[in-house]
Amino acid sequence: MNVTFTDEELAFRDEARTFFREEMPEGIADKQRLGVPLDRQDFVNFQKALYRKGWAGYNWPVEYGGTGWSTVQRYIFGAEMAKANAPGIITFGLGMVGPIIYTFGTDEQKQRFLPDILESNVWWCQGYSEPGSGSDLASLKTRAELAGDHYVVNGTKTWTTLAQWADWIFCLVRTSTDVARRQEGISFLLIDMKTPGVTVTPIITIEGNHEVNEVHFENVKVPVENLVGEEGKGWTYGKVLLQHERTGTARVAATNYRLNKLRRQAAQPVRGAEPLLHDRSFMRKLAAVEVELKALEFTELRTLAAVASGKAPGPESSILKLKGTELQQAVDELFLEAAGYYALPYVPAQYTLDFPLEDRVGENNETLSSLTYFNFRKASIYGGSNEIQKNIIAKHVLGL
Amino acid sequence: MDLSFTEVQTMLIDSIDKFIANDYGFEQRQRYAASDSGFSQDVWATFAELGWTAVPFAEDDGGFDGGPVELMVMMQRFGRGLLVEPFLANVVLAGGILRRLANGEQKAGWLRPMIAGELQAALAVTEPQSRYELADIRTAAVAEGDQWVITGTKGVVFNGGNAGLLIIPARTSGEPGDRQGVTVFAIDGTADGVTRTRYPTVDGHQAAEIRLDSVRVGADAILGEVGHGYDALEAAASDATLAVCAEAVGIMQAMTEKTIEYTKSRVQFGVPISSFQALQHRMVDMLTACEQSYSLLLWACMANADGTDDAGRAISAIKYQVGTAGKKVGQEAVQLHGGMGVTWDLDIAHYFKRLTAIGQIFGNADWHLDKLATN
Repeated sequence: MNVTFTDEELAFRDEARTFFREEMPEGIADKQRLGVPLDRQDFVNFQKALYRKGWAGYNWPVEYGGTGWSTVQRYIFGAEMAKANAPGIITFGLGMVGPIIYTFGTDEQKQRFLPDILESNVWWCQGYSEPGSGSDLASLKTRAELAGDHYVVNGTKTWTTLAQWADWIFCLVRTSTDVARRQEGISFLLIDMKTPGVTVTPIITIEGNHEVNEVHFENVKVPVENLVGEEGKGWTYGKVLLQHERTGTARVAATNYRLNKLRRQAAQPVRGAEPLLHDRSFMRKLAAVEVELKALEFTELRTLAAVASGKAPGPESSILKLKGTELQQAVDELFLEAAGYYALPYVPAQYTLDFPLEDRVGENNETLSSLTYFNFRKASIYGGSNEIQKNIIAKHVLGL
Repeated sequence: MDLSFTEVQTMLIDSIDKFIANDYGFEQRQRYAASDSGFSQDVWATFAELGWTAVPFAEDDGGFDGGPVELMVMMQRFGRGLLVEPFLANVVLAGGILRRLANGEQKAGWLRPMIAGELQAALAVTEPQSRYELADIRTAAVAEGDQWVITGTKGVVFNGGNAGLLIIPARTSGEPGDRQGVTVFAIDGTADGVTRTRYPTVDGHQAAEIRLDSVRVGADAILGEVGHGYDALEAAASDATLAVCAEAVGIMQAMTEKTIEYTKSRVQFGVPISSFQALQHRMVDMLTACEQSYSLLLWACMANADGTDDAGRAISAIKYQVGTAGKKVGQEAVQLHGGMGVTWDLDIAHYFKRLTAIGQIFGNADWHLDKLATN
C-alpha cells in the first residue's frame, strides 16, 4: 500500500511543474498574485500555451489530438496547475462539448469542431439550465422544432457562464413532448451565437460581477447538421458528460493551495498587530479544515487508485463534489474571518494592474475575501446542488 | 500508486472476517463481556493459535513483522465485530513497550508467553490526575540498595484486573510532566503492595484502578534504561491511538450499514422510513463521515509506516476526525433506530458505547485539535 508515483509519473510531474512556472503567458501570474481578474484573452492565451505544448486535450484520446493521459497523469496535471496558481481550463469546450462530439458526433462534426476547440480558437458555453428548471433539469422547455433542413429554436437558457465571451453554445433542447419519460425527447444541439435571434443579457451575481447570463432564443434557425447524435437522446449524452467531469471535481489541489496561503499569511503580522497564529480559536478552525481536506485528498487518491488498477471507483467517488465544495467554502469563510474589518471595503476598481499598490485599501487582497466568499456560495448550488448530490448518493450508492 | 492489500494482508482480513462471521455473533459477544474476565479465554487462545497476537512483532521475537497497515486492517475488523478480547491492552500497549524496551531474557519471560496467549499483560498509561498528558507521572520509584521501591496510583488500566504482568511507568527523577526521568517497570500483578480494583467499562471491556504501595522489585524488572522510558511509552500510546481509530472506523462503517438496512425494513405511515428524504440525507452524511475517516486513516497508517515528518500530526488528525465523525455517526445511528437504538438488546447501542469510549481515550477530539492548531 503506497501513494507514491512511479518514476515516469514523477518525471511527468516535474515537466508539468516546469511548464507552469516557465511558460505561463505574459501577465497572468502577476494578475493572479495581485487579485486582478483575468480577461478573455488571458484564458485563451493560457489554453493556447497548453495547445502548443500538446496538452490542451488533457482528457482526450490521442486519435483526436489529445494527450491520451492516464487518470494519474490527469490528476498530476490538475494538481500542478493548481499549485502554480494557473488560471485553470475553461471546461466548456475542452472538458465538455469536445468529448461529446468525438464520442457521439459525425465525422463531419469532428472535423469541423474539434480542431478549433483544441486550439481554443472558439469559445464555447453551456446551455443546460433554464429559468424554470434548476435542479430538475429534465423539465427544460426550450423547444427545437424541425422545419425542413433546420430546427427552429425558441426558449431561454440561464446561468450561462461567460456567454458574453462565447462564439458557440451547446444546448439541451426539447424536440418532442410526446414521450413516456421526460428525459426522452431531449436533444443535443450546437448553436452559433451569431445566429439571428440569439441575445445575451447579463446576470450580475451577488459580489457585483458579470460572470453569468441569460441566453434567449427567438426563432433561431439551426441547421440539422448541428444535431449531435440521435434526436431525443441528448439526455444520455449529457450523462456521459458527467463522467468526464468526475475527475477533479473536488478541487482539492486548488483548495489546498489557498489554505497553505492562508496559513502563511496567518503567521505574518498585519498592520502591526499580532499574527493570527496566536488566535487559538481561528487556528483551531483552520486545523479542522486542514484535517478534512487531507481526508478528501486521500478520498480522491482512493478513487484514482481504483481507476488506475482497472476497477470502478466505489462510493468514495460520489462524495468528492459534495465534500469538495463544502471545504472550498470553508476556506472562503476562513479568509473572510481573517480579514476582519477589511472584508468590508468594496473597491473592485483597485484590482487593476496600473492601480498603485500603495493606494490600495487592505493588504494581501483581503478586501477580495468577502467577494470570493459571496461568489462561491454558488459552489454548493451549481452542477446539481449538494442536496441533489445527496439524493443521487442515497439512490445509487445507498440503494434507498 | 497502489492502495490494494498484499496477499498476506488479504489472508489476515479473510481469516478475521471468517472468524467473526462463524464464531463471534453479538449474543456470544455479550456473554463473553458479562463473564468474570470480561472476554473469552477460548477466543483468546484462538487469536494466539491463528497468529493474530504475533502480528506486530519482529520475526526474531516470534512475530510477523507487521506494521501500521496490518494493525489497521485487524483493528478495523475487530471494530466491526465489536470484539471484547484484550488485543489492544496485550498486543498493542504492553506488547508495544516490550518489543521496544525488553532485553532477550525479558522477551523470553514475558513477550513470548504473551504472544502465545498464556500471559495476560497491561500497560498503565494514565494516572487518576493525568488526563491526556502522558508525562504527568507521579508514581515514584526510589532505589534502595539493588532494589526499587514503587509507590503511586494508576487509573483506568485496560485489562489491569486480568493482567499477570503489569507494566508501570514510574518517575525516577524530575517532575511530573518531564519526559526525562521516566522508567518503565514490569511487575507481577500479584506482587506484595499491589492493590487492584477491577471493574467493567461501559463499552463491555474491563479496566482497573491500581494502587502500588511500596512495591519492591529488582533491577531485572526495569524495561530499557533508567530514566529513558518515555519515548517507548509515547510510541506505544501512539500505536494504540491509531489502533483505536481503526477500530472506530470499523464501528462507524458497521453502524452506517446497519442503519441503512434498518430504515429499509422499518415501516411507518405505511412506507419504509428509508424513503424519507430527511433521513436519506442524514445517511449520506454518515456515509461521507465513514469514507472521509477511512481515507484519513489510510494517510495516518502510511505516514506512520514510513515514519514521515507528518507521522505525529497524522495521529492527531485521525483521532480528531474519528472523535468528531464518530460522535456524529454514532448519534445518528441511534437516532435513526428510534427507540430500538437505546435498548440494551440491540447491537447498535453497544457499538455506540464503544465508539463513545474510544472518543474519550488517548486524547479526545478537542485535545488533538489543539495540538494541530498550536504546532
